[in-house]
Amino acid sequence: MNAIALASAPPAAMRRRLWIERFTGLGFVLPAFILLALTILLPLVVLLLLSVTNYEFGGVSADWLGFKNYAKALADPVIRRAVVNTLVYVAIVVPGGVFGALLIAILVQRRRKTRSLYEVIYFLPVTSTLIAMATVWQFLLHPSLGPVNAVLKWFGFGQIAFLSEPSTALATLAVIGIWQLLGFNMILFLAGLTAIPRDLYEAAEIDGCAGGIDRFLTITWPLLGPTTMFVIVTTMITAFKIFDTVAVMTRGGPIGSTEVLLYNIYLEGFQYFHTGYAAALTFIFLAFILVFSAVQTFALDKKVHY
Amino acid sequence: MAAVDLASIAKSFGATKVLGGVDLDIADGEFLTLVGPSGCGKSTLIRIIAGLESQDSGSVAIGGKRVDHLRAHERRVAMVFQSYALYPHMSVRNNIALPLTMSRLSLWQRLPLLRLLSGQRRQVMRGIEADVGAVAAQLQLEHLLDRKPAQLSGGQRQRVALGRAMVRSPDVFLMDEPLSNLDAKLRVHMRTELAELHKRLGATFIYVTHDQVEAMTMSDRVAMMDAGSILQLGTPSQLYEKPASLKVAQFIGSPAINLLPASVANGGRIELFGRPLALAVAEGQGASVTLGIRAEALSLVPGEPGHAGRPWFSARLRRKENLGSEYILHFDLAGRDAQGVTMRASPAVAASLSEAAEFALGFDEAACHVFNAAGDRLEPKAPGAATASVVPLRA
Repeated sequence: MNAIALASAPPAAMRRRLWIERFTGLGFVLPAFILLALTILLPLVVLLLLSVTNYEFGGVSADWLGFKNYAKALADPVIRRAVVNTLVYVAIVVPGGVFGALLIAILVQRRRKTRSLYEVIYFLPVTSTLIAMATVWQFLLHPSLGPVNAVLKWFGFGQIAFLSEPSTALATLAVIGIWQLLGFNMILFLAGLTAIPRDLYEAAEIDGCAGGIDRFLTITWPLLGPTTMFVIVTTMITAFKIFDTVAVMTRGGPIGSTEVLLYNIYLEGFQYFHTGYAAALTFIFLAFILVFSAVQTFALDKKVHY
Repeated sequence: MAAVDLASIAKSFGATKVLGGVDLDIADGEFLTLVGPSGCGKSTLIRIIAGLESQDSGSVAIGGKRVDHLRAHERRVAMVFQSYALYPHMSVRNNIALPLTMSRLSLWQRLPLLRLLSGQRRQVMRGIEADVGAVAAQLQLEHLLDRKPAQLSGGQRQRVALGRAMVRSPDVFLMDEPLSNLDAKLRVHMRTELAELHKRLGATFIYVTHDQVEAMTMSDRVAMMDAGSILQLGTPSQLYEKPASLKVAQFIGSPAINLLPASVANGGRIELFGRPLALAVAEGQGASVTLGIRAEALSLVPGEPGHAGRPWFSARLRRKENLGSEYILHFDLAGRDAQGVTMRASPAVAASLSEAAEFALGFDEAACHVFNAAGDRLEPKAPGAATASVVPLRA
């Protein structure tokens, strides 16, 4: 139907067409919306409702508490310690996991024949189950039985109880966290590096960027900006979600030095059955991730895109 | 300003030989074009001159000094890439300034944060800013200095790439197919602009292209390359008027030269389609040769063919191609299906011709190029027709 025919059509017919178009559009959106509502929005609403009650797992009724759960969480020294521990963990894992992966990616990318071998080696931890690997790490780091301490002893250092010493436990978990993340981040950086056109490096070579530092600062680093932002945000979210290694290796100890947010939520919700309280903690956890991701995205987004 | 001398440059990539001992002397201030089909080694040669690729053997000298041991930025050359290779995250200003910041500031004056400690940095940066401004003014880029490359049109990017090459006044400009990403109209315009830029700067230009029109229109000399060696080196008109081989004749000129199979009769006289021509070469009887006739050397023979005394052959008009100022007429040779010839004609002549009709096409022996079976040019023994020289009204 052309424009003239549309203009001369009676108003009722035109309104009918508009309605049909609108309903067709809604029909296309509906399946995705139902899925989204069932899997994300509905659980969020349930979570919100639970977090304002004193519901306990298995209970038949619950009392309305308002924001008392939130007030309790913010005043709870255990939760405060868990938040601080989580932030310290994130502060170690994000720079380590991002810049370590960038360094490895740059080193691996220059290899011709051995590149795929290195890629596989660094990617292996990503494919493994962290719970199983945590058990292996626990053995490796064991003060008297583990090979790490055996090597330290052989070099003449004293024994270090990596996981049972409050001063080293969280840092040790962070190193394992970095180990687990490096391979995946490396692949992302390798993809970013491959996307940088070769002739930019050649132009830079002619323009006088002869050294590695100049090449990195002039071409590589700025052009990896979008990749770096993505890696930072995903690494941070993964780091915030630290749970497996704590649950398997330290159970929050020694003396609460590795108590982290998600582990506390697990304890409250599934060990002590304080479901309402755990729901409130979960909301606080989500707020943290949301705020950090949003700040990073908006702060970095303007700088990294060209 | 510097001459560039290449001595027996050879290069292979693995088992593939790309350049087989190329010798080429390029004079100071010359505009030399390397032209040839893709894969002929012309880009590799220019990259060896730039220092982006190292030759297997042979040497490169710029300004009389060997530069084989020098890295790209130490050779005082600038390069314009086919893709322009502009730094996408930098403004036009910083793109043009980069060669200067690299050469005039020390490493620690360029490092983030540390550079704030340098007192002289400011003064140097002011000098750079002035030089960038001067180049931008020459290329009419002043109003674009704060834009990023992504916000520029193809022609503007091209000019920024030129500016980045010009800013440190190199001795030699290397250009690797710089116009091939532009649309046809802009390409024609940039041809003139590049030629004028060359005249103004007086620097040595080495220009790589696969487009014979660019080679013909801009260059002082053209080196036609094929399969890793130079087939012919000469001025554009030398290549057009006296192609040294069949390959050069086929590559240079548009529409492509007409090639007709001919044979040598006794006394070296050439016979075309069984009719003898007033043209003889130093070749044994019975040898087969190829006759090359440019599209503008053909004309329609009016009336009964043969009466005018010019050689001719008959052909059927297949298609008329209107170029506005002239027509390109495509003919099929009678009795030879696959073979066609093209002829230039004025619109007045072309309008009167009907397609599918048969015509007699005449030509002068003096305008024929003869090539032997190996593709080499054969000089005719008979003297060619005298050409009248044209004297300009005012020199």
